[in-house]
Amino acid sequence: MIIVFALFLLSLLVITALAIVRTENLFVAVMLTSIFSLLMAANFFILDAADVALTEAAVGAGITTVIFLSALALTAEREKISGAGWRIALLVVTVLAMLIIYATFDKPRLGDPEAPVHQHLAPWYLEKTPEYMDIPNVVTAVLGSFRGYDTLGEVFVVFAACIGVLFILGVKPGEGATIKAPHSAGLKHHLIPQVVGRLLIPFIVLFGLYVQFHGEYGPGGGFQAGALIATGVILYALLEGEDAALRAVPRGVLLALVIGGASLYGGVGLVCVWLGGNFLDYSVLAADPVAGQQLGILLIEAGVGMAVCGALLSIFHAFAARPTRL
Amino acid sequence: MSELVLDVLSWILLCLGGGFVLIGGIGTLRLPDFYTRLHAASLTDTMATILIFTGIMLQAGFSLAALKLAAIMLFLLLTGPTASYALANAALQSGMRPGAAHARARGEGEAG
Repeated sequence: MIIVFALFLLSLLVITALAIVRTENLFVAVMLTSIFSLLMAANFFILDAADVALTEAAVGAGITTVIFLSALALTAEREKISGAGWRIALLVVTVLAMLIIYATFDKPRLGDPEAPVHQHLAPWYLEKTPEYMDIPNVVTAVLGSFRGYDTLGEVFVVFAACIGVLFILGVKPGEGATIKAPHSAGLKHHLIPQVVGRLLIPFIVLFGLYVQFHGEYGPGGGFQAGALIATGVILYALLEGEDAALRAVPRGVLLALVIGGASLYGGVGLVCVWLGGNFLDYSVLAADPVAGQQLGILLIEAGVGMAVCGALLSIFHAFAARPTRL
Repeated sequence: MSELVLDVLSWILLCLGGGFVLIGGIGTLRLPDFYTRLHAASLTDTMATILIFTGIMLQAGFSLAALKLAAIMLFLLLTGPTASYALANAALQSGMRPGAAHARARGEGEAG
């Protein structure tokens, strides 16, 4: 039964992807991308990857759409068609598609217990997580501790992306610039969305905090929580106007969140070294190694959440604060 | 016995909800203009949501899962109609007149 549903979702994915390629209206393309992410999230959920599904739904379908739309407000709504070079593009795509299809012949069947990935590392993680960390969610254990280096790298990537966007878009228009930044008033004249939004925002942020601190027990963690909290603040910005959102969460706080989150993660690693362990080996953080691991995971998840939330909101504000093209 | 009654009741609700989703889907595809299509689509937001979630809640029994389902249902009942309203309002603000397609179709009918 589940395989029928998975096939249905995958065919919908292909149809959506083709529609994204075909459409010339970029607004439609953004909406289709959002639908694509939502379908992908459902797909991940079918594959029992609840953590990834949550990330995909929050980041892919939620925040990316808003950031795309803010970017679209600065440019044109229709795609510029350039006829040149389509033969080369077609050739490259065909060759790549053939290569990927050829590569799938060597891929083990979905859920095959004999697959290489299920032979040595995954069983080891499953076996050792109760012993080393004693937390139910193995994904969080792998992400936070076993493969802490990778997650640290991801946090620094988010940090670098945020800094990059701020460098390019965060520049104030020069003195001579005649375009005045529009003070977006939000949806002041739309009473119903505003009232419902005000009602929901606290619960969205609360759910974000739940996902953050419940990450060791259920699906979730820093990435998802950061994205959810950022969604709540972006909703506030859309309803009440960007200025109100910046008054509630000023730029300084956002930058402090990004820098603080990345430093917190790196700092925990350094403290581990200082206490005589390896970099990001949390066992030395407390007298009991298991408690140390739990404390370390909690701290780095907080760092991830802070960095992601701050980075996403900074990027959103960088786009939203640009004067729109007239 | 009560198990069976609950099961039957829950399946009736689920099937009714599925029917409403189907009607909403057909309506979204078949109705003539934006507002009527939105009207059909919003059917899935409200009636189908209530029926399907009540059906699943009956399956879940008196448990934490039922509470979570109730929370999700409340969330969907708040956001769905709001989104429909926002869409309709945005369409009206951008100058789309209700019944325009109908009038156009009638006009063409007279001309032909």
